[in-house]
Amino acid sequence: MTAVRNPTDWTSEAMRRRIARRYAAERRFKAAGLFAVLLSAAFLAFLLFTMMGNGLRGFTRTEIAVKVDFPASPLLLDPNTITDQALANANLPMVTGEVVKKALGAHAEEWVSPTAWTVLRDAIKADPKILSQTVTIKLPAQTSIDLAAKSKGSPEAEAAVDRLNRAGLLSTGFNMGFLTASDGTDPTQVGIWGAFKGSLLTMLVTLALSFPVGVATAVYLEEYARKNWMTDIIEVSINNLAAVPSIIFGLLGLSIFLNVLHLPRSASLVGGMTLALMTMPVIVIAGRNAIKSVPPSIRDAALGIGASPVQVVFHHVLPLALPGILTGTIIGMARALGETAPLLMIGMRAFIATPPGGIVDPATVLPVQIFLWSDEVSKGFVEKTSAAIIVLLVFLLAMNGLAIYLRNKFERRW
Amino acid sequence: MTAMIQEQAKLTPPIETKMAARDVKVFYGEKQAIKGVSIDVDMDNVTAFIGPSGCGKSTFLRTLNRMNDTVASARVEGTITLDGEDIYAPSMDVVQLRARVGMVFQKPNPFPKSIYENIAYGPRIHGLAHAKADLDVVVEKSLRRAGLWDEVKDRLHDSGTALSGGQQQRLCIGRAIAVEPEVILMDEPCSALDPIATAKIEELIHELRGRYAIVIVTHNMQQAARVSQRTAFFHLGELVEYGVTSDIFTNPRQERTKDYITGRYG
Repeated sequence: MTAVRNPTDWTSEAMRRRIARRYAAERRFKAAGLFAVLLSAAFLAFLLFTMMGNGLRGFTRTEIAVKVDFPASPLLLDPNTITDQALANANLPMVTGEVVKKALGAHAEEWVSPTAWTVLRDAIKADPKILSQTVTIKLPAQTSIDLAAKSKGSPEAEAAVDRLNRAGLLSTGFNMGFLTASDGTDPTQVGIWGAFKGSLLTMLVTLALSFPVGVATAVYLEEYARKNWMTDIIEVSINNLAAVPSIIFGLLGLSIFLNVLHLPRSASLVGGMTLALMTMPVIVIAGRNAIKSVPPSIRDAALGIGASPVQVVFHHVLPLALPGILTGTIIGMARALGETAPLLMIGMRAFIATPPGGIVDPATVLPVQIFLWSDEVSKGFVEKTSAAIIVLLVFLLAMNGLAIYLRNKFERRW
Repeated sequence: MTAMIQEQAKLTPPIETKMAARDVKVFYGEKQAIKGVSIDVDMDNVTAFIGPSGCGKSTFLRTLNRMNDTVASARVEGTITLDGEDIYAPSMDVVQLRARVGMVFQKPNPFPKSIYENIAYGPRIHGLAHAKADLDVVVEKSLRRAGLWDEVKDRLHDSGTALSGGQQQRLCIGRAIAVEPEVILMDEPCSALDPIATAKIEELIHELRGRYAIVIVTHNMQQAARVSQRTAFFHLGELVEYGVTSDIFTNPRQERTKDYITGRYG
């Protein structure tokens, strides 16, 4: 008996068409993927470009060089007894106005910032000898002049800028005040420090509450809890909690932390507690997955030589799961850092002009500050908003960088 | 060589029973995995559990140091004693039991730490050695007994997972003996190893015999014949036959044992 051999004909016309179609599908899929990547890269580049274009100007300020003839000024100060008290009594704001008027002409005192006198004060404090000399000091310009110099301002301001430019008195300097001051009413005087410190304190509270609770929950659910209908309900609830819109956590914070527990309004403590509620489910889910991925053979090995369950968890499971837990934590923290809505609910949108001294002081945070500034009428706030966004992004990048560093460090332990 | 060992086994005088199981039944939920097994494990002989896959030999092994406790649905009935003490009694400290009855697993599972740390971990958590010098002594002694010292003495701080499979398994044996157990349970310790690594482990078992009571589960009948002096044949959750290894292999009393060792099923 001869076996019937019937091999597939790989060279037939139909087969060739099929192969061509397969290759085409392959190419189409690759092209679609490439297109998606390029599209998102383009969006990202556009965002960064506009942000940088607008925002970098927010870090600079326009300065006017003013010649100050101290002996001829109405300033009554003894160079040998310069104290804070003496400087405070010297009526420097009035003196500054007079000095500017004398150097640049009438109405010129409106060109410098209302806080320009602090520059004069600091200069005298740094070197009292200038009181007997004529020196040139760069004073920060007022908002309208600043705007006119940087982009487009009112006709009067443009005229003033023209005059100053012709005299070569205008310059651009780094606005240190933006990094050290807090919220204010005049865009040339506002700074990010108060909001930055508020964000930092809020994040610390969030981390201190959500990390231990989240990790402990994950460990308990994975390593100790029996699998029954109750743990199923807990699991479903935690997954749902991670998907709850953030403003609802704000309402919860408002009704429990403020109305029931009477914790201080607008404080980073309450903000941190509210955001911790939001971050915890993310940490629990990431932690459970990380713990699940630790091979059971490691648990067997440790149990087999007589390690107690707690020793198994702390000596073996957690160290192996830590990189995964840290990644989840940082994702949760990054989300919390950018969160605005729940913090509005607990009053962190108040106008706060001094940086918080602790977690119970009134504070605001970076995203809320951005939200508040974007609402301002004065045009000077546009570039400040962009600059604040840059600070927020840098903060975020620093946090992610730290997470990657920690993850690599723990992964390299053996 | 095999014949010589079997000869020795026959000559061994009445023996000291280390662990005794009486009418042990194991259930996974509704399913009964072990159906009333009674067996004695003694100090001087290596005991092998053989049988086809799924016959319950590994399950039974894991009841001897209560590793089945980690399986939520598992339930054990009957009594198992270690030196006459019931290991399922409420007063028994499971952690201490597992230090006294060590275990080596099917797949080598060193901790992802250094070779030194792998060995030192057990003595450290049980407080058997505190000072660095004491630990060094324990680590060297355990690695020597596991026949691994000469191969790793210059790289004690390299990762244990970087060793070859056979070396990893000997490291796991070294880790088990570092806490000075009385019994060592081995669950198919060579099934993931090549023949040369297997030969080394078998040689090691010969050397460890007498110092520890050794129970080895294997699906390789030649291995059972080579390393053990007592063999228990399990089938479908029952202990079919238990006796001196040479008798089991040359003169089985039960029909099922005979069918299995002659390769009719399994």
